[in-house]
Parts: sequence; structure tokens; C-alpha cells
Amino acid sequence: MKFAVSVVAFLPGLAYLLLAAGAAPCSAQINIHVHSATGPAESHLGNLTGHSEAGKQLYRRFCIGCHGPNGDGKGENAPYLADGILPRDFTLGLFKCRSTPSGSIPQDSDLFDTVGRGLVTTGMPSWGPLTDQDRADLVAFIKTFSPRFVEEKPDKAITIPAETADTPESQKRGEELYQKTLKCFECHGKSGRGDGPSAPTLRDNKGNPIPPYDFTTGSRFKCGASNGDLYRIFMTGLDGTPMPAWSDWVSPDQGWDLVHYLRTLQVNYKTGKSKPAPPSREKSKENTAKLK
Amino acid sequence: MLLGTLFPRFLARAGRPARSSLGRTLAKAAAGAAVFLGAMQPLYALPVQKVLAIPAFARKYGLPCSACHTAWPELNNFGQAFRDNGYQLMNDRDSPIYQNPTYFPITFRITPNWHVESTTHQPVDSIPGGGGGSISQDKTVTTHGFDLSGLDIWTAGTLFKNVSFSVLPSANSAGAFHFENVYIRFDNLGGSRWLNLKFGKFELDNLISEKRFLFLSANGGLYQTYHFAPPGDSTGFGVGDNQIGVELMGHSAKSYTRYSVALLSSNEGQVGLPSNRTYDAYLTFSQAFQVRSLGLQRFGAFAYIGERPTVTQTSSASGAPVPIAGAATGNKPFYRVGFAGDLYALRGKWEFLPYYVHGYDNAFLGTMTAANMALPPGAHAPVWNGGFLESHYYVSPQFVLTGRYEIIRMAQQALDTTPGNLSDIDAYSFGYRWYPFMYSRAGLAFHNEYSMARSRGTAPLSGDGVGAAFSPSSGVWSRSLLIGFDFDF
Repeated sequence: MKFAVSVVAFLPGLAYLLLAAGAAPCSAQINIHVHSATGPAESHLGNLTGHSEAGKQLYRRFCIGCHGPNGDGKGENAPYLADGILPRDFTLGLFKCRSTPSGSIPQDSDLFDTVGRGLVTTGMPSWGPLTDQDRADLVAFIKTFSPRFVEEKPDKAITIPAETADTPESQKRGEELYQKTLKCFECHGKSGRGDGPSAPTLRDNKGNPIPPYDFTTGSRFKCGASNGDLYRIFMTGLDGTPMPAWSDWVSPDQGWDLVHYLRTLQVNYKTGKSKPAPPSREKSKENTAKLK
Repeated sequence: MLLGTLFPRFLARAGRPARSSLGRTLAKAAAGAAVFLGAMQPLYALPVQKVLAIPAFARKYGLPCSACHTAWPELNNFGQAFRDNGYQLMNDRDSPIYQNPTYFPITFRITPNWHVESTTHQPVDSIPGGGGGSISQDKTVTTHGFDLSGLDIWTAGTLFKNVSFSVLPSANSAGAFHFENVYIRFDNLGGSRWLNLKFGKFELDNLISEKRFLFLSANGGLYQTYHFAPPGDSTGFGVGDNQIGVELMGHSAKSYTRYSVALLSSNEGQVGLPSNRTYDAYLTFSQAFQVRSLGLQRFGAFAYIGERPTVTQTSSASGAPVPIAGAATGNKPFYRVGFAGDLYALRGKWEFLPYYVHGYDNAFLGTMTAANMALPPGAHAPVWNGGFLESHYYVSPQFVLTGRYEIIRMAQQALDTTPGNLSDIDAYSFGYRWYPFMYSRAGLAFHNEYSMARSRGTAPLSGDGVGAAFSPSSGVWSRSLLIGFDFDF
């Protein structure tokens, strides 16, 4: 009875609140338009299925500020991001971090891992604190920005062979590749600082200046932190950037030699400690593995 | 009705004493004392100071408010992880050396508003001025008008990689400042996210933050359970108040697992050395789980253990006895233990915040008796239970509906002669916040809220009114309606 009296006393206040202050007009003005290029899409990660309709709300909450309502990387914050590194233009279907060969669209797990890992040295943070379902939904929605995900299927992931021994000889061979055979120094510089003679001329696929990676900062890379991640970057390249895929030019053993040499350029890297603080590729892989 | 159904009145209520005529007399006396004590409640407990969302961080990282907040200022798990990392995204660009030299991480928040406050059963003179022939009448006092909230000016961020800070000078609506929080934090000690050391004045690591919640009115803008004290109690502690001390906390990579251990001065966050020489401890732990179709579910537990003095040491060397500051003795214990949750349904669109606390104060504290004196006959340790269920429905990142039901029940009064339900509280809040835009530069919320709280025999915690004589069948209802523009930049 007392509770009923309380409710009776309360309801007029609530009615006044909702009607006089105009909740309905407010709720009607909350729709920011997000434009997709395709119909609804799904992502599949093990037994987890992401849905673009759910991802749309999440995109609006987390991503729209940089990647924009059209997914073209023209969000309101894009011009102000650190070092002028612009957000990804999802409409092109071109992604740097892939397990698939150059030219292929990425697998869902590649996008899932990128969202969870973030891109170190850029404005893209790790969204690992989101739930796996949320990340899967986001992946599904990101795919709706490009018709490539409707028209094409991703190639199979490249194979990463067992790592060879990290010895002084391997590092020496890697240095030979870096400084002479492949001429990596032309972009990344003799000491790996990203200050090679070609660095100022580099442009991405949209004609924007793009700095080569500076190996001397940190111990992580944009597409992961482990030696396996670094190997994969060599072999798949970074689509949309001047970094090519080297899989046709170097053997697996040479790839590992290069990995071992590049690690010596990282002042913060300690052998056997390629799993620094989060986010890390390993963690992402763990998560993906768990889903499977 | 729904909230009442969802939150069954399981909270314990001890057996109430039979009310003989003597009992009624004593009850009146106790109620009178309670009114006095209620009026004398420490002023520092209220009003609740809000910590704000920080557009300075959004500007630094280029993220919209909604990235870190379910609806600002409440944090989502991404924002929690950011905070746990020492206001760092851990993307190798957190140190200030990567910022534009002109960038300064400062923000402010204030809420111009119009509000109504109404309190029942107030003693009002029948003749204004209380002249001859005037009698005290029981009336409802209602006031309303345009007003301002307090002002928060907050700067926080990183001094260096893994060294973060926060300084929050906060003013009341009249412009009187105090330091709401000031701390430095050493993050990821030894490269481990499980070791972060905070030093200074800070908010306790409550799973449900009162500093970041979505209610602003006089009655709804505080958790009653975070500031409740049994009638006649001298403990003077609120888990919702910022405290001074040192905190060690740790968290997993995604902040799904979190713990904190804090050692605090026992002076309720006030500056200056405490009256005594003891320390309080606060321990929290929480664990979150992913439930696929529902969202993230977090459960946690907490315990606050402390002591308060009951005897003031004095010196009569110069004649009359003079208290010796900071040297009080006769410490007696109290504690608060409980659990809380942050639960989601509908893939994160519907949030539930359950909270339960069990409070115990030593009988000496509960009866304001010095430890070197005998307790009054029939004295007990006052024991109480409280809790709330709060819910938010996120129509979109820019529109949220809010509601809360809160309850406090005395399980055991300090004195048998005190009515069993003296100072019991029921409180209800409903409202919504609309964020007309959601960018990374600033925030604006159109805030509407209606809140009401009933207290028995004591003044409402909102500070409105003076309470009223205890009645076993009714209490003082204090109601607030607030419409305002909550903005920060």
C-alpha cells in the first residue's frame, strides 16, 4: 500500500518530466547517418558470427570520429591525428594487416585482430577491451563499406614456417639482405630510423605522404609484435603503401634472417621478450584461437 | 513498480522493539536526537562532487566521447581500461612529448539548471517570524528556480610515459574551491599492468562510481548507501567520498580482472592530519565475463575496514583542557562490505547496476561514547544493510533513459530504545540524458531527472529540510525535479 502511494506520488512527476521536457523530440533527433556501400554483411570467426546491423551502432560509437560516416577515412578528427597518419579508407577494401597474399582482401580474422590489437604508432588504439561479439559485429559492418567483400573471396592465409635459429650468422645474412640485396635501407634508412633517401618521396595509394617504419622506436609493429608477425609483413606486404610483398623474392629462411637482423635495430627489444605490454599479436591470436 | 519487483526486499531487518508508552517516549527522544544529529551531519559529505568526462582526452586522442563512455560521464570498459592504464591508450604515443606543445589537458564542467525541491513534514511557523501566538505547523516546503551546479576544472593526463596525474579543483555553486582530487600515479611498475601505484587524494575504486554517474539532482545525485550513517553515529564515513592515501591496483589487459588495495588516512579525505593516528583500508576485486548475446558482465566485491577515535586527548597545562590535535585515542572499528555488478542485456543496450552493502559500526561509535566510559545500558553495534538497482537503457549513444531504486534498512540500532526503522531510506530516480552532438571536442547533455527519497526521523541526505519527528508509518519525502544543460569542454 505504501509503495503504491509512492508510485502514485511519483508518476505525475515522471509524466511531467517526459512530456514537458520533450523526450520524444530528443529521441527523434539522434540518428546520425552512416552510409554503407553494400547490404547487410556477416563476419565469421570460429563459431562467432558478427552482424553488420549491430556493428553499425558500434561503429558510430567508436569509429566514426576518425573513419567518418562513409567509412572513407574522412572523419572529423582525421586531419588532426598524430604524425599525419590518416585513418583507413574502408571503401577501397585495401588493408595493411593481412594474413592473405598481396592484392587479396583480408580474412575476417585479420580485421578482427587489427581491431583488437590496434596500430601502434598511429591514432588507432587497441579495442581489445570490447567484447569479441562487438568486435565481430564491427568487422561485419566495416565490410559493408566496400563492394570488394561482396565480389571477392579472401585468399588463403600464407604459411609461416617454423622460425630458424636466431644466430649472429642469421643476423649477418639478414643485414646483407637489408643493406644490399633488397635495399630496404632506401626507405627505412641504414640504421632503421625510417630516414632512407627515398623516405621523403613515399606516397600511399591515395597520394598522401607516408613515412617508413622507424624500427628504433618501441618493440612492436603495426601489424603485430612477434617475430612471426614481422615475417608475415615481409611476405604479404602492406597493401596501399609502398611496402611490397617479398614472398616472390626471398626464401623462408631469408625471411627469418631479415627478422633476426631487424630485431637488432630495435633498441627496446630484448631477445625472448617479443611479447611486451598489450596489445600484442599473440593475445589477438589467442582470442581468435579461443573462438575456434 | 518494475524496479520494486526486480529488487525484492531481501535486505535484513532485525526484530523491531515493542512500543510501550515508555518506548514511544524514548523513541521521540531518539528521533529528536536524530534530527539534531542529522542537521549536524558532516558538511563534507554533501553535495556529491562529480568527476567529469574529459574532453581533453578526446581532443588528445581524437576519439568521440562515446568511445570511453556509455553515456558520459559513465565509463564503458574501453574507458575503464584507458583509465586503468593511467590515461594511456598504450599506442606508443601517450607521452606528452608526442603532443603539440600548445596542447594543455584541461577541461571544465558545469550545469546551469532549473530545479524544484519539495520536502514534506517540515515544521513551519504559523505566523512568519514566529511571533506571539505562532505555532509550529507540519507543512510541505517547496522551492524552485534557476540555479547553477558547482564547477569542476580538471586537468589530468600523463607527465611521462607511465606517469599519470590528476588535479581537480572543484567549486560549489558559490565559487568556493577545494581539491576534489589530486594524485600522481606510477603506471605499469616493472612493466606489469598488475602494479600501479597512486598517491594523493582520489576516488575509491568503486565498481559503480558515484563520481561518474548519470544523476544530478539534490535527491538523485548521490547514492544514499555511499553516505549513510546510522542515527547517533560518530563514524562520519562515506564510501562515495574521495580519500587521501595510497592505492595499489592492477588489471588484466582488457581490464576484465581488476583489484585494488588502498591505505587511507582516517579523516574522510579532509586535508590536514587526521584527528587520530590510524589508517583505513579498502579492498576491491572484480571480474568481467563475456556473455555473447548479452554483453559484458562484471561482478565485484569490496571491503572497507577502518577505525575512528572516541577519546580526545587534552592538555590542561594552561588552565582549561585543550584538545591535542591529531592525538585522539580510543579507536573503535567499523566496516562496510558488499558486492556490486555491472550487467548488460540486449548486446549492451540495457545496463543494470546492482549494489549491496552491509555496514557495521562499533557500539562506542554508534552511541558516541568515549572508549574510557561505560556504554549506555543495552548498547549494540549498529548494523545496517543497503543497496540499489540502477538501470540505463541506451536508445543510442546519444540518448539514455535512467532509473534507480535504492533502499536502506537498519538491522540493529545502537540502542534498544531506538525505533527499529529510524533513519530507514527509500529512494527513486528516473530521468534521461540527451546528447545532441557527439564529437571529440566537447560534450553537452540535456539532462532531465525526477528523484524522491523518503527518510524516517532524520533529515534527507539531500540536505533539504530538517527532517521531522519519527513516525513509524510515514517519513519525510524529499523530491527533486531538475532540468539542465550539463556541458563540459
